[in-house]
Amino acid sequence: MQKTKSSPFPWLVLRTQVLSARLDRRVPKVLLAIGMVTLAAMVWSVGQGEYPVPPLDVVRTVLGLPTATSDYGFIVNTLRLPRTLVAWGVGMALAIAGTITQGMSRNPIAAPSIIGVNAGASLAAVSLIVVFPGVPIAFLPFAAFMGALTVAVLIYLLAWNGGTSPVRLILVGVGFSLVAGALTNLMVTFGNIYDVSQALVWLIGSVYGRSWAQVLAFAPWLIVFGLFSLVLSRELNALQMGDDLARSLGSRLEWQRGLLSFSAVALAGSAVATAGGIGFVGLMAPHIARQLVGPSHEGLLPTAALTGGMVVVVADLIGRLLFAPIELPCGIITAVVGAPYFLYLLIRDRK
Amino acid sequence: MERVENRVFIQSRTTLLTTGYVVGVCLLLTCLLASVALGVADIAPLDVYRALVSPDGSTEHLIIRTVRLPRSITALLVGSAVAVAGAIMQGLTRNPLADPGILGINSGAALAVVISVFLFDAASLDVYAGFALVGAAIAAVTVYGLGSLGRGGLTPLNLTIAGAALTALVSSLTTGILILSQRTLEEIRFWLAGSVAGRDIELVIQVIPYLLGGLILGLALGKQLTTLSLGDSVAKGLGQKTVWIKVLAAISVVLLAGGSVAIAGPIGFIGLIDPLFVRIWTGAAYRWNLPYSALCGAILLLLADIVARLVIQPQELPVGLVMPLLGAPLFIYLIRSRVRR
Repeated sequence: MQKTKSSPFPWLVLRTQVLSARLDRRVPKVLLAIGMVTLAAMVWSVGQGEYPVPPLDVVRTVLGLPTATSDYGFIVNTLRLPRTLVAWGVGMALAIAGTITQGMSRNPIAAPSIIGVNAGASLAAVSLIVVFPGVPIAFLPFAAFMGALTVAVLIYLLAWNGGTSPVRLILVGVGFSLVAGALTNLMVTFGNIYDVSQALVWLIGSVYGRSWAQVLAFAPWLIVFGLFSLVLSRELNALQMGDDLARSLGSRLEWQRGLLSFSAVALAGSAVATAGGIGFVGLMAPHIARQLVGPSHEGLLPTAALTGGMVVVVADLIGRLLFAPIELPCGIITAVVGAPYFLYLLIRDRK
Repeated sequence: MERVENRVFIQSRTTLLTTGYVVGVCLLLTCLLASVALGVADIAPLDVYRALVSPDGSTEHLIIRTVRLPRSITALLVGSAVAVAGAIMQGLTRNPLADPGILGINSGAALAVVISVFLFDAASLDVYAGFALVGAAIAAVTVYGLGSLGRGGLTPLNLTIAGAALTALVSSLTTGILILSQRTLEEIRFWLAGSVAGRDIELVIQVIPYLLGGLILGLALGKQLTTLSLGDSVAKGLGQKTVWIKVLAAISVVLLAGGSVAIAGPIGFIGLIDPLFVRIWTGAAYRWNLPYSALCGAILLLLADIVARLVIQPQELPVGLVMPLLGAPLFIYLIRSRVRR
């Protein structure tokens, strides 16, 4: 591996035998800074709660070093750490899916929910909570993922009419979201009130009470498809310039678009299955990252991923601090922060 | 020669559209009659007529005059109002997927009503109506204001982005309140689904001025909307004061959609789909599209309401949820067959 660093150029080039990447010079510093903030927020978040744990003891407990009280081990490692890790991972997955969707559709306000992933997952999860309250909660992520996948595949099949078309895909997605939304609402309207309350928390997105089982179920998806997307990030640069230009640059268009869509669906679907429909992360993180490191996707994708992880970890922390001991789901916080950020983007672009 | 042919074409088209409208009105009256006659207690059409003309105080006549008729009238008014509001929004934003929801009207009304229940223990449809109207108006003004702050002023894209962002924000706040207070959820969830059942005639009469005002204003704007839908610069080039048209159109949408959400709760689907269907028949000329939208919207909501009360008797479904279940398959079919690109 060789690193070229000649100062007039704002690029950092990494070359190995198999892969090479050209990064914006700001990328390493930005990644480091975001990583530090995320880590600090995670330590705070794990220490925060009905039984507070001092930050230093949090770190010692996680690293397995001896601490003042032996209770810390259970509280930190079993109860609180998996929750924070889920928040981080889900944020990263949503952000990568959002970056891919925006890059592919060349639409800065595209989000993974366009493909109908959220609608399908929501319908499946709410049905499980409201119609079959006896089913153990551990099945929820599986059901939600199957729902997301089924709807995504159905939309793709129905939009196929001798070839795909972005417009038809989006419109069929809208139709499906409407049907799934109506069925979900039907259950919210007629279901048992306690189940419905629970379902609403899930719909808005929350990482409450997530355990190691969920972390382990979700991690493979994030790692496999996250790395896969990183490898493909170079193709996004070509795709973003338009179909014709991408083709003349040697891009195998339909094939690459298919692969990218597939990993976006897998990432968003598994994230929604794990933590519910946390909104605005997939939309917001790519924009923040673009402001930090510019539009080239090799650097943008990891930056957006870390930004998304940070946003959800911080949102979860705020949701627990704001009205403590009452807990707000982190999906509400991301929406309350995300919507004004979006409006700010709208007004800023005026100049 | 060419001119003459053109005129003949336009004349025959006008005749066709006028005839179609008359047929549509007959269909609407049939639906209205069916809506009054059908239900858990079946009542013969002749009895319906007698109940309206010379009520004799029997139970059946009482049912018709106090329950069925107000409900049917509500469905008719709300259906046409929401459809026209949707058509105007689609013209205004040049976005075939626009509906009054884009101005944040439904979500604003929902948040206002949820707040009224959460903070003030409001518990009657009249109080909901007041709050809904205020919430709808505030949301629409906010979206317009924010949209005009973007680059290039009040472009369709700015309006859509501002509307989508505000709608997301407001609906998460609504969900947040519903999660915090189960009492509010219990109280309001049926209203939130959108329904025309159990509305008494007093409430309908209170809202009628808003709906009629909005309808007249909207229909009067038909020609200007056709011009505006060609694009801002074209409309300006043709001498239109686009800002005024946009403001007037928005007032009409707020009156129509705000009035509807005040009586019936958020009923979303008609505003999206009805103008799209109507377009296939009338083309893009809003002079025809708007009246047809009103007619078809009323027919659609009346039919959906009949299905909503008959499908699992004696339970009723909220018509706001029946609409998309019936209509979306049709929507998807249309997209499959008509969207080529």
